[in-house]
Amino acid sequence: MSNTRSGEAAERRADTGGGVLNVFAHSFLVLWAVLAAGPVLWVVVSSFRPHTDLVSDPFGLPTDLAWDNFSNAWTSADIGRYTLNSAIVLCGSLTGTMLLGSMAAYVLARFTFPGNRTVHLLFTGGMMFPVFLAIVPLFFVLDNFGLLNTRQGLILVYIAYSLPFTVFFLVSFFRTLPGAVQEAATLDGASHTRTFFQIMMPMARPALISVGIFNFLGQWNQFVLPRVLNVGDPDDAVLPQGLAALMVQQGYEGDWGALYAGVSMAMLPVLAVYVAFQRQVQTGLTAGAVR
Amino acid sequence: MEGVTSAERAAPGTVPAQGGPPPVHTETPDRPSPVLRLLFVAALFTPPRWTPRRVRYDRRYRRLDQYRFVAWFLSLPLLVYLLFVISPFVQAFFYSMTDWTGFSSSYTFTGFENYERLWNDDAFWDAARNSVLLLVAAPLITLGLGLFFAFMLSAGGRKRRDQAISGVTGSGMYKIVYFFPQVLSLAIIAVIWTRIYSPRSGILNEGLGAVGLDSWQREDWLGGDVARWCVLAVLCWSFVGFYVVLFSAAMSSIPTEVYEAALLDGAGRRVTFFRITFPLTWDTVRTGWIYMGIQALDAFALVSVMVPEHGMDVIPSYLYDKAFRDGQAGYATAIGVALFLITLVFSALMMRVGRRDRIEF
Repeated sequence: MSNTRSGEAAERRADTGGGVLNVFAHSFLVLWAVLAAGPVLWVVVSSFRPHTDLVSDPFGLPTDLAWDNFSNAWTSADIGRYTLNSAIVLCGSLTGTMLLGSMAAYVLARFTFPGNRTVHLLFTGGMMFPVFLAIVPLFFVLDNFGLLNTRQGLILVYIAYSLPFTVFFLVSFFRTLPGAVQEAATLDGASHTRTFFQIMMPMARPALISVGIFNFLGQWNQFVLPRVLNVGDPDDAVLPQGLAALMVQQGYEGDWGALYAGVSMAMLPVLAVYVAFQRQVQTGLTAGAVR
Repeated sequence: MEGVTSAERAAPGTVPAQGGPPPVHTETPDRPSPVLRLLFVAALFTPPRWTPRRVRYDRRYRRLDQYRFVAWFLSLPLLVYLLFVISPFVQAFFYSMTDWTGFSSSYTFTGFENYERLWNDDAFWDAARNSVLLLVAAPLITLGLGLFFAFMLSAGGRKRRDQAISGVTGSGMYKIVYFFPQVLSLAIIAVIWTRIYSPRSGILNEGLGAVGLDSWQREDWLGGDVARWCVLAVLCWSFVGFYVVLFSAAMSSIPTEVYEAALLDGAGRRVTFFRITFPLTWDTVRTGWIYMGIQALDAFALVSVMVPEHGMDVIPSYLYDKAFRDGQAGYATAIGVALFLITLVFSALMMRVGRRDRIEF
């Protein structure tokens, strides 16, 4: 009996000690939560307010919902078109990255052949180089092939620059898969290609999802490459380019409401998908730093 | 089948004729005839269904099949990669020694002239100073905040009787919210923060006014000398959540027995952090540091969207201007090489400084 009482007392002591720190910890955590989400919330709230209100009081809440902002951003600022452009490019580049990346990674991870180590090093070494070292020659490489300012060119470049990390990540994953399954498939008469597509790819699903999310966000948010390689027709701009252009345009026209509406439209789908799949997204993105 | 057996029979006959003892392993009969060799090479580059029977039933077919598969699977990724990544990288080193404008295809080789010019270019050094400031300060601040918040989330909670450490309630929610900026495009982040810093109804000035700090308000957050600190703040803001999640994962892999032992020895939270959590997550911190440094060196999106022209430059934005505005492609690639060297030195330094014995647990 006395034993439990002294235990309770100790617990109470620890409680108070922890309590002070708890308040301290919580206040900092809440402060950063406000800082992280505040600007995002502010933009979303402001996107419902007309421009004149925004100028007089940037902090206010919307009095009546100004849907005009959204229709302005959608039609005049072409957010719809930019989103579509991004989606088309992503369809090609993400499929290509995942397919080519896993093909190369599988071969490098599971087969011995002369030059294996060299090729592996070549791919992973690409992670060490800053894109800006290559950007000027790359511009002219694309120009020579007639791929400058085309979607195909952008897709190919996205694939090429996503390969180093994709290959690196998938090689280490394919190496962990049991070899017995592969052997069994071969004994059953499956060709290498069939083994890869019907057995190894499904087994590698968790890694493919992680690296797929990583590549999706990286390519969807890519700013540097389209800024340099996709400058022909403003109508062909992808979403990040479009938003930068929208800011310049609305700066002249002086319609902050439409700007906020445009940013909200670009941002909310991504945030919604993120919240729905937050665990996968978090592991997918942090996988990039653990290399 | 018949060819192989006859070759095997022939082999012992030939060797004693030379007078030596018969070798145990004979390689000679395995050497394929020129025709067969040709078929082998042809099979390497054609689909399996075209492979002739003679090749298919050869015992070397297994290896051939593997190599063929490797070649087919590797060729396309390797081609794309060599064409768009490796060849521009290699070309960059070459063009950095020419006076190429980029407008025409003619250029002359000038040796190290571009690098000499770079050395004496004040505008480049201004940009380099800004980049190095970001390179040093951004990882320090971001990783510091990331570690602090991650530790608070995993060990800042109310002490419970049966647990050595406990996270704060709702730590999952915090992580979700902190991670918000990470999923947004840097272009979106740049647009949002341009509006926050804006002198015309931007919320930073308005906010300062609201709490009575009118004297702190500025007309040109992004124009003058404070611009680099504003960019630094945005950079840190957008990456802290990423590191909170990363470090939380690293901290949760530390076994609780270690914490229990520390608690029995009377360690407080501060001691626990510096003696246990930090050393045991050091590997993650170090790789995170390098990753953040590389992100900080490439502040192109933020600077080119947020900062008005000639406000401030970082190395990538200076390179961009030289190459695509001023038509000095050769000089721009020399800047690129300089950027590469900075990246290399930084990574090598971090690898060396931070090396410790890996702690297994």
